[in-house]
Amino acid sequence: MAGNASLYRWRAIKNAMALGLGSLATLFGLFWLVWILGITFLRGIDALKPALFTQMTPPPGADGGLANALFGSVLMSLMALAIGAPIGICAGTWLAEYARRGKLGETIRFLNDILLSAPSIVLGLFVYTLIVAQTRQFSAIAGAIALALLVIPVVVRTTDEMLRLVPSTMREAALSLGVPQWKMVLQILLRASRAGIVTGVLLALARISGETAPLLFTALNNQYWSADVTKPMASVPVVIFQFAMSPFESWHALAWAGAFVVTLFVLALSLISRFLLARSKVTHD
Amino acid sequence: MHATTAPPEPGDTDVDLRGVRDARHDRLFRYALMACALLVLAALLGAAASTAWGGRLAFETFGLRFLWSEAWDAVNGDFGALVPIYGTVVTALIAMTIAVPVSFGIALFLTEVAPNWMRTPIASAIELLAGIPSIIFGMWGLFVFAPFLAEHVEPWVNDHLGAIPGVGALFQGPPLGIGMLTAGIVLAIMIIPYISSVMREVFLTVPTRLKESAYALGSTTWEVVWDIVLPYTRSAVIGGVFLGLGRALGETMAVTFVLGNAHQLSASLLMPSNSIASVIANEFTEAYTDLHRSSLIALGFLLFVVTFVVLAVAKLMLLRLARREGA
Repeated sequence: MAGNASLYRWRAIKNAMALGLGSLATLFGLFWLVWILGITFLRGIDALKPALFTQMTPPPGADGGLANALFGSVLMSLMALAIGAPIGICAGTWLAEYARRGKLGETIRFLNDILLSAPSIVLGLFVYTLIVAQTRQFSAIAGAIALALLVIPVVVRTTDEMLRLVPSTMREAALSLGVPQWKMVLQILLRASRAGIVTGVLLALARISGETAPLLFTALNNQYWSADVTKPMASVPVVIFQFAMSPFESWHALAWAGAFVVTLFVLALSLISRFLLARSKVTHD
Repeated sequence: MHATTAPPEPGDTDVDLRGVRDARHDRLFRYALMACALLVLAALLGAAASTAWGGRLAFETFGLRFLWSEAWDAVNGDFGALVPIYGTVVTALIAMTIAVPVSFGIALFLTEVAPNWMRTPIASAIELLAGIPSIIFGMWGLFVFAPFLAEHVEPWVNDHLGAIPGVGALFQGPPLGIGMLTAGIVLAIMIIPYISSVMREVFLTVPTRLKESAYALGSTTWEVVWDIVLPYTRSAVIGGVFLGLGRALGETMAVTFVLGNAHQLSASLLMPSNSIASVIANEFTEAYTDLHRSSLIALGFLLFVVTFVVLAVAKLMLLRLARREGA
């Protein structure tokens, strides 16, 4: 039975090798995470100064801050949420409550998932031809619309999923009391799945706060403070891009500081949304 | 579902009026929600239509030659998509070559090897990688990773892999740090979380009794994964891989940083190149002729069509497993 023993040993070796390689692959993945986050935090903290939040983006070679870019990012993200979140919640509600089955519902759900992973730069081109090329003006509002196109699919998906988790007894109880359906949806279902929907909006915010590509040729950039939404506006990611690609040391430092702020914000958002999601799951059980 | 559409009855009592009013409100509410859902459809169709429209000048001028012409001459107005297409495909292929086995390894580790208490934290950490904005990957790639490659890895690659006849041509060239290999590696890191999380999720859907039957027959863990889990989840695994591919093809900022923005075709993976997304990001605001801008939008249209097809395949493959699970 020597053949059997060696076959067995070969299988055991193969098993150990495969599992060992799997563990190595995981270490490989974690290694990049640590490296990238570590560098971003180290270099970012080095470059972090109070001036970052009070001064404007400097001309080449000079010192300055990112105040106008931070303001632009916050403003455009909020506008994008204001446009995208209601549309996304409504569309998600329609999918979950009125089109759970059926061709149109399935098609829209399918296309929404594609929109979720579609290249954001193409959405930027879309908004460019739709708005910028027509108005002949780069504007913050165009940037916000491009970002809203990224918000919508995230919110649609989470709203759809969260509403499906609401037990149908809740709907039946409301309807049997004679509550009209719209009232039932607005006051009972959306309230019951509030935590989940808020999570979706936060996830969407996390996604757009680091987005650069759709802003490059919609909101463009602006070296100065501007609160006029019909004019070009600076945003942190676009400024990071411009500064990092430049040959100036002081611009590089500012880019790292901006990268640090954006990363911290995005990671904090994703932790908060995880926490919210975990809590909402507990209350549903 | 539409329980409140009570027909109005003669008599016009308050209750009847309310029924009519409620029914009308319900209908309006429903149409309003549906309009929002149709906006999703409109966004996708609009993106396709507007890029096709914006690129019409390029398509009319160059015709099909646009697809395989190597030219990219802003001064004389001669544009072709071959170099960006080549750069996109090559970087995506490098990324897939690295990311698919690694993601499979991670999914294997998380579903079979790791002790229970480790699984959720490690899975969350890997998913955290997907949350990092792509511009951060780009900066890290340009300032940290590319110099590291140029100093420590590429000279070695040049000396050893470059000397192999045949495939050696892929690895010859100056150690610049930036180039297709670097972009491919950075892309791989970016798509690993997507592919591995799909794989992990679908591996968990395999019925326990199926796996236990195989274990009972004496299979090793590896044999269970390779011969039972993988065939059971094959379509969804392919779906996950395509999802990663779709992401890799359309990724813009990270690639723009590390690809080098060089309009040239070269066999060597160490050489700088251009991808569709990075050409658009680099040149769009500086394109002063209509033809140049139109060519860039036409590139965007090509990218959109290709990623749409890839992502649609991914989604269909994923649905196939989900449907079987539901049945």
